[in-house]
Amino acid sequence: MSGAVLDPTTSPAFPMAAKAAMGDTQLRKNVRHATEVIQAKRARVVGEMPDWQQLREAGKQIRQHTMENLDFYLEEFEQNCTRAGGVVHWARDAAEARQIVAELVKASGSDEVIKIKSMTTEEIHLNDALEAAGIRAYETDLAELIIQLGQDQPSHIVVPALHKNRQQIREIFQREMNLPELGEKPEDLADAARQFLREKFLRVKTGVSGANFLIAETGGVCIVESEGNGRMCLTLPETLITIAGIDKVLPRYQDLEVVLQLLPRSATGERMNPYNSIWTGVREGDGPQVFHVVLMDNARTEILADEEGRQTLNCIRCGACQNACPVYRQTGGHAYGSVYAGPIGAILTPQLQEMHHAQSLPYASSLCGACYEVCPVKINIPEVLIHLRNKVVKQNGLNTESLAMKTMGMIFRSEARFRAAQRLGRMAEAPLVRKDGQGEGWIGWLPGMLGGWTQVRDLQAMPKETFREWWESRGKNGN
Amino acid sequence: MLERLGHTVEFPAGQTCCGQMHWNTGYQAEALPLVARFVEQFKGAEAVVVPSSSCVAMIRDHYPKMAAEIGDARLIAAVEALVPRVFEFSEFLTKRLGLEDVGAYYPHRVTYHASCHGLRNLGLGDGPQRLLKAVRGIDLVEIEGLEQCCGFGGTFAVKNAEVSSAMLAEKTTAVLNTGAEACTACDNSCLMHIQGALHRQRTGVKTVHLAEILAGEEGAR
Repeated sequence: MSGAVLDPTTSPAFPMAAKAAMGDTQLRKNVRHATEVIQAKRARVVGEMPDWQQLREAGKQIRQHTMENLDFYLEEFEQNCTRAGGVVHWARDAAEARQIVAELVKASGSDEVIKIKSMTTEEIHLNDALEAAGIRAYETDLAELIIQLGQDQPSHIVVPALHKNRQQIREIFQREMNLPELGEKPEDLADAARQFLREKFLRVKTGVSGANFLIAETGGVCIVESEGNGRMCLTLPETLITIAGIDKVLPRYQDLEVVLQLLPRSATGERMNPYNSIWTGVREGDGPQVFHVVLMDNARTEILADEEGRQTLNCIRCGACQNACPVYRQTGGHAYGSVYAGPIGAILTPQLQEMHHAQSLPYASSLCGACYEVCPVKINIPEVLIHLRNKVVKQNGLNTESLAMKTMGMIFRSEARFRAAQRLGRMAEAPLVRKDGQGEGWIGWLPGMLGGWTQVRDLQAMPKETFREWWESRGKNGN
Repeated sequence: MLERLGHTVEFPAGQTCCGQMHWNTGYQAEALPLVARFVEQFKGAEAVVVPSSSCVAMIRDHYPKMAAEIGDARLIAAVEALVPRVFEFSEFLTKRLGLEDVGAYYPHRVTYHASCHGLRNLGLGDGPQRLLKAVRGIDLVEIEGLEQCCGFGGTFAVKNAEVSSAMLAEKTTAVLNTGAEACTACDNSCLMHIQGALHRQRTGVKTVHLAEILAGEEGAR
């Protein structure tokens, strides 16, 4: 999987990509271990909050209110950010956003940038565009650095290198940093990354960041992180360019009270993030003297227009749904063919593609509901998945599956047809039924798409007497 | 079992499917007519007892919205009146009737699988386990990863057969680790799925619906 660009327009369908990913036993072991550790930490710090459900509800209300009034809050943010000395740019789509950022970097007089909080920039493949424009980008988030040096792709929105274990990270550092003697203790690896990055922090004059939240009331931008590398990127450069989806806005500074409790507990199982940075415009003699914000739509407006899909935009990118998902647990993130993997990716990616691509993603779920249960802003992911499945069905029109479904729909609408179908079913299955040691009939092979079932499972034959037949033969009250 | 408790049980012959398969796979147009059919079949009942947690979740979570989408005021009112009387089987016993001991006898080692819809959509909690603990002769053993999905998910099992199989493998391993003779649940679809692998692997472990255990009587059969 390494190196393959996560692009929903070219990625294989989920079942195929999942099959490939599941052949990598090391990856599956790493993903299982990491998600279990994070889930246990999350459960501990969520369990100590008596008002967790009320907090979730508050988070949902804040996000929902924001989305319902997004135009108002975005303009309020623009005014306040501008007043504080920032420059706000609007990007309709990924191409516009890439172009604006590349031009701003060039205008800053630099041909290299340090980066932090990169998921939105991954969404639009910014690094490739910068490289094409002759600009070198250095990822400074430890996990993103591992991904970049390993020529890999992020597999998780909060822990992008979750699919790599310590030994694999050590090998990447040994090779790419030319440190053949590097040990594998966490402090060895952290020290190597520190040495490697410190030089970039001190040299590079331009920073590019994402954002966790944009605060409309003040025009401020908020980033939370664990390492302090973000703080370096936000304070040391002369020019700072922040790129954020228009969904990242919050109405008031006070709303951080809610989201900064929900986010770290859900994301990394911490009560608070070690580094919480909020900056508002520019201040003379303190930090970057030029500050740009690129507000990017890239199909978010279309999602907003869809009443049932809209709640997708409430996401605060904690990744709890990824850690809780039994599908993600088996496949890891790359199989989703997008920087947004797991349950949130399964609903966000197809909508960001306006349903033209990634049609298999809404089906990459057993609808078990574990994602909804842990979501800090109560996004009903199973409900949105079903909504998107309906869109896929409408787009695809007639095919074998839809014909079978329509036929079954007809059967279910009539008692006579239902009874006939039960009789026919028994006749149709007869050639496939084999008796087992107990004399029970079982099917061990099914044709076509149903063969997916019999790869690892048998199917019990229909009973000689159905419940309905038994019920009708026994008379009232079993007499 | 319900008759043993003194209830009159009826089985409306015209009932077919709640529409869950169609709805969850994206075939909303096919699922919608089944709402009116369900209401027509069951509207006269004092309580509708459903031996499948996912069907109850379908009815409870989606029927009101579906009726609203159809836009028929009479259907909306009928759904609103009927849905509160629809119970999952174990829920009917524990919440509606307030029972734990239903006088059952089942001398076997059993483990309980909490189906996702029962656990998360219906909030059954430990109701089914409390019913099982009261069964005479039973040796109830807890399964590891109780809240983990078995990987069925309706059409998911064939559309994403590989992932589903891997999820199922974790579940059957957990079942086998308990040393149980039988795995029980409140949802036959999960049981069909788990049973499919237990049979393929010639484990000899059976799956039985909770109702089959609670129906067991000492001296019977």
